[in-house]
Amino acid sequence: MRTLLEVSGVSVTFDGFRAINNLSFQIGPAEMRAIIGPNGAGKTTFMDIVTGKTRPDEGRVIWGDKSISLIRMSEAQIARAGIGRKFQRPTVFEDQNVFDNLLLALKKNRNPFSVLTYRRSDEDARKVRELAEEIGLADQLARKSGELSHGQKQWLEIGMLLAQDPQLLLVDEPAAGMTVEEREHTTAILVEAAKTRAVVVVEHDMEFVRRLNCKVTVLHEGSVLAEGSLDHVTANKDVIDVYLGR
Amino acid sequence: MRQSFFARNPSVVIFLCCLAAFTLVVSLLSEGAGTGFISTSFIKTLGKTLCLCLIAVAMDLVWGYTGILSLGHFAFFGLGGYMIGMWLMYERTRDIVVSSMANAQIPPTEQEVVDAIGTQIFGVVGSSEFPLVWAFADSLVLQLAMVVLIPGLLALVFGWLAFRSRVTGVYLSILTQAMTLALSLYLFQNDSGLRGNNGLSGLQNLPGVEASQAVVSIWFLWASAVALGLGYMLAAWVVSGKFGSVIRGIRDDEARVRFLGYSVEGYKLFIFVLSAIIAGIAGALYYPQAGIINPAEVAPIASIYLAVWVAIGGRGRLYGAVIGAAFVSLVSTWFTGGQVPSLDIGFYRIDWVEWWQVILGLSFVIVTLFAPKGIGGLFDLITDRVRPDRHGADYGPDKGSFQEAEGRE
Repeated sequence: MRTLLEVSGVSVTFDGFRAINNLSFQIGPAEMRAIIGPNGAGKTTFMDIVTGKTRPDEGRVIWGDKSISLIRMSEAQIARAGIGRKFQRPTVFEDQNVFDNLLLALKKNRNPFSVLTYRRSDEDARKVRELAEEIGLADQLARKSGELSHGQKQWLEIGMLLAQDPQLLLVDEPAAGMTVEEREHTTAILVEAAKTRAVVVVEHDMEFVRRLNCKVTVLHEGSVLAEGSLDHVTANKDVIDVYLGR
Repeated sequence: MRQSFFARNPSVVIFLCCLAAFTLVVSLLSEGAGTGFISTSFIKTLGKTLCLCLIAVAMDLVWGYTGILSLGHFAFFGLGGYMIGMWLMYERTRDIVVSSMANAQIPPTEQEVVDAIGTQIFGVVGSSEFPLVWAFADSLVLQLAMVVLIPGLLALVFGWLAFRSRVTGVYLSILTQAMTLALSLYLFQNDSGLRGNNGLSGLQNLPGVEASQAVVSIWFLWASAVALGLGYMLAAWVVSGKFGSVIRGIRDDEARVRFLGYSVEGYKLFIFVLSAIIAGIAGALYYPQAGIINPAEVAPIASIYLAVWVAIGGRGRLYGAVIGAAFVSLVSTWFTGGQVPSLDIGFYRIDWVEWWQVILGLSFVIVTLFAPKGIGGLFDLITDRVRPDRHGADYGPDKGSFQEAEGRE
């Protein structure tokens, strides 16, 4: 299978603390993957490295068909290369309405001068409406996103990710603080997205991971502890030790 | 269907109408028009106030919309003033020198004229040589180009260095203060080539213009009004579209904008340079009306006042910045002009020239604490704009982000 993202031998140290230790990870196009692990296992740091927020001390991060190294690229360049990220807390632009939020994320030229002279076409407005339909916010377009419920903000953020049309989606704890129905909706959106692109979900909640029904990578102390189906990894002796305490 | 720019931004139309009406009425009541209800010096004050409104619009772009609390924009304002001042002073001195030499028996050579101008201008700092920075002082076109280029270039270099290093929040504010302080200290030196603490003077006299100051003051009032109108429209256009959406995103959460693929540094730099250019133009119109510019004009406190004006007017809305600058600077002129009678409260005599600063400081604190929308917020009472209830949370994690009370529908 072709790989979309390949992380190999990556280590990063913060003030002597090894947050990521010789981590290797691969994902192919159109694949769903869940990353689980206890607190401090390095899940968020892993995402920071892939998206360019943190520079690793060593190791390689190779992206896409052309095998570009992401290590020297800025966050914005990586985002334009096709990696979208959703943060743990919902981060939408609360002072702006849902339509503007989605329009902002829509895949377009990001150069300041072309943005300055940008005129909204009917085509773009239609795309935004389709996305809003997909995430279930079609009737909320004119509302300020600051007024939305927690779950709606999470969906809006996922919608903004989809609007970017990335090849890889990194999603940090999408189900945190959601009701049962909201979780089901979120699962459906993510599963749908994974049909056409790679999706990496970081999650604490085992029940949510089970519903995603995908390959699972277990991180512990900055490296991969186990990988496989959820049943496979939960039967793993090391994983049980880490999760249930030694 | 798409609406026109003005249909989507009715406040721009209202603003332009108010500005035009104001300028017209003031002109008709002026000494220059023959009616004389308003003195020439007050016309100049009003013209200068329009220039201050223009730099307040620039400040609102940078601070109110992009969340960069720049406390150094008066450096650009002052530079704009110096650039036009050099030409005004050079040509004016040239006229004087030529007419005084006209009676000489041998007509003066070009070099003699230039030397005499140099002695006139730089005698006060013990020199007669033209420094390199005056190389283009005899060309109005080049000096006008420098009004735009020099502030723009300074902002470009400063902004590139600062934004590239991801300096934000209060650290950036301190850096901008340092920039304007450094500029002011440099200009204070006699060998800076701009006449040290004497500054440039006699700028109210336009070379080759016979008209009286009463008439010239009307010209400048109109020029300032046109510049403010154009600057306001430009700013409104920049913030109304998708670009405005991006910079407001940067104000509230710049990391998120970065992960959407926008180069935040590029956008900040664009706005910073644009606002510096607007500030430079405002300065170039202000100082011919003030008549004199010296390094104290770019002292750090001036830029802090600018932030106070915009805060009191209401940041994040252009008319708020204009109202704040006009209101505070006019009231300030009134109080510090010594026309307000002192208040005797028995044991102490309140002299407003000194106590005005205290009032200004207090009103800044009160506005920040209790009415973050500023004076501009009063318009929400009319237009009935509602804001989302955010239970006291700010609009984003960044230092410059909107507070809940500033939000609007």
